[in-house]
Amino acid sequence: MADASWRFTAKEIVEKPELFTSGHRACAGCGPAIALRQVMKATRGPTIVTNATGCMEVVSTIYPYTAWKVPWIHTAFENVAANASGIEAALKAMKRKGELQEHVDVIAFAGDGGTFDIGIQALSGAAERGHDFLYVLYDNEAYMNTGIQRSGGTPYGASTTTSPAGKVIPGKPQFKKPIADIMVAHNIPYVATASIAYWQDLLIKTRKGLEAEGPAFLHVFAPCPRGWRYDTSKTIEIARLAVETCIFPLWETVDGEYSLSPQSKIMALKPERKKLVREYLKMQRRFGHLFRPKFEHMIDDIQKNIDKRWNKLLKKCNIKHKDS
Amino acid sequence: METIQQQKVLALNGDEAVALAVKQSDVDVVAAYPITPQTIIVEKFSEYVADGEVNTEFVCTESEHSALTACLAASATGVRTFTASASAGLALMHEILYVTSGCRAPVVMAIANRALSAPINIHCDHSDSMVERDSSWIQIYVENSQEAYDSIIQAFRIAEHPNVLLPVMVCLDAFFLSHTLENVQVLPDETIQKFVGKRQIPLITAHEGKKVPFKLDTANPITMGPLDLYDYYFEHKRQQEEAIKRASKIITQIHSEYAQLSGRRYGNGLIEDYHLEDAEIATVCVGSTAGTTKSVVDTLRAKGVKAGLLRLRTFRPLPVTEIVSALENVKAVAVMDRSNSFGGHGGPIFHEIRHALYDTKTHPHVVNYIYGLGGRDMPQNTIQNIYKNLQEILETNQVKRYVQFAGVRE
Repeated sequence: MADASWRFTAKEIVEKPELFTSGHRACAGCGPAIALRQVMKATRGPTIVTNATGCMEVVSTIYPYTAWKVPWIHTAFENVAANASGIEAALKAMKRKGELQEHVDVIAFAGDGGTFDIGIQALSGAAERGHDFLYVLYDNEAYMNTGIQRSGGTPYGASTTTSPAGKVIPGKPQFKKPIADIMVAHNIPYVATASIAYWQDLLIKTRKGLEAEGPAFLHVFAPCPRGWRYDTSKTIEIARLAVETCIFPLWETVDGEYSLSPQSKIMALKPERKKLVREYLKMQRRFGHLFRPKFEHMIDDIQKNIDKRWNKLLKKCNIKHKDS
Repeated sequence: METIQQQKVLALNGDEAVALAVKQSDVDVVAAYPITPQTIIVEKFSEYVADGEVNTEFVCTESEHSALTACLAASATGVRTFTASASAGLALMHEILYVTSGCRAPVVMAIANRALSAPINIHCDHSDSMVERDSSWIQIYVENSQEAYDSIIQAFRIAEHPNVLLPVMVCLDAFFLSHTLENVQVLPDETIQKFVGKRQIPLITAHEGKKVPFKLDTANPITMGPLDLYDYYFEHKRQQEEAIKRASKIITQIHSEYAQLSGRRYGNGLIEDYHLEDAEIATVCVGSTAGTTKSVVDTLRAKGVKAGLLRLRTFRPLPVTEIVSALENVKAVAVMDRSNSFGGHGGPIFHEIRHALYDTKTHPHVVNYIYGLGGRDMPQNTIQNIYKNLQEILETNQVKRYVQFAGVRE
């Protein structure tokens, strides 16, 4: 496992060739495309990538073009962890027969639909079996590829095309599934959350995930301007606010031990720096209806839920918290 | 020409015969999930792994969907792969069956043919694999455990042949074959290893014009399974059709090459003609029922009845020319289907045979019997009745019912 003080320099990552290249057809301001580029900047050697069906598969491989400079395979939506299992098993078999000498890393990319919902069985199975691979969840909080339908990763109150803000039901009635904690419960060597707003942290966590022996899981927060309804220039700002409001805290577990990452630790040590969720919500039209008087109480519900989750996380990280 | 090899005779059931064939074929990755009646294949193989008798990476997945996915991805990485399933398991794989053939991944799978739910039933019929007939998998239906063993070995060669590159399904009847002990002649390990050989990866032209191996190779990266829209998808599917059509010739070649080692032939590898040369009436079937039917044909022949049997060994690709030349001079044909196409005009094999014979000048009468669903036995007297009905058709030159059910309480 990499030393925690170890860093990627800007010079180093600029000089490293792009493995996920420009020319793909992602929307302007696409968070997931930024996530993929950042992850691929942290690879350490020969790497095979597998992708679940979703935005990133669709925008990067429209035949006969490809944005990938590494071997890449997509097979279906719900099975990217099984792809990774098969690739890793094949690499092991080749090594055993002396047909492969070098180490090859395996990275699986999937969106929130492919992870929280339809892909969780294959992911849980692969984690239990202990395949050596890094699973990267790029979370844009809905099925964006099919047109913004709600997933298990969609937050409470968000309006999507299958949880529309109606006259009676104001957006998604359920809170987001704690997917990274579910992965921690699999007792895998490395789990982390990361945000495209903090690229260096994301790169370090990617590298740690690759260096972990066994399954590693990286939950990357990746806003979507189309689905969240905000200006394309605001992607990084919104991603940063999600961390600053503790809606999406940054943490990692090494062998099950939780620790807060520096960007979130600040909020724990200096609670006055923690911003209100209202500030985050008001930037996105998917939450626009919550600012109508009829539904404004839901903003308090969200604040309470976020505070509760944050306090739970602080406990897990052994940080004594002064109530904010 | 190779000479016929010294062979051991072992008492094996169909599942064990399959597991042994996989062991001898030097498979790199086996990924599987248990389902009755396929279980013995994976159990037996697990023993080989646990005892260090194989070099295989064995992945016990959490579902059949992941089992086939893992085989597909391992195959795309360049190694030899095998899985096995049945019934609900195969149905769960359905999505990935098409992806496997579409990615041109030469995975080999054994199917212990079992009925589909509901009602839940663990016994033999062909509903599970027949429903996958359009998935671009080569389908071989075996008559006995010996053939299951022989066909699995041949399947790796067929699937991995650079002119084919398609997955192969070897189908054996649940319990009648999967769980029934039989004497199986077994070739030496080194003979099989030499016959199957190392998987050869063909070169393809990558998007930058460079010739690269068709696999996930870090030295020569390619993109597999991309988004493919209306401007190219159709051509890729057309190529896939050509590939499965080309497989017929390769199946017969490999079958014949293997016969020189083993001394065993199953017709020409595509169809088996049993007393069809002068037959006036004949049945068509796949799987273990052929064994019983052969015995009925012998009895009828002893009585002077010109009866015959066409056993379809390879159902996909459908050997149309062979079917037509074998049956065009028969006067009345009964196709026996161990699965039903609900609401259709008969079972799937009936559709194919009747359709293939439509353009013959002789126009044989072709009728259909759906039989044996959910493991219902197909005894000799039921088959005899089918031949009796064919004789009636022959005498009256009239067909009363085209589609009937045999051995069911009506």
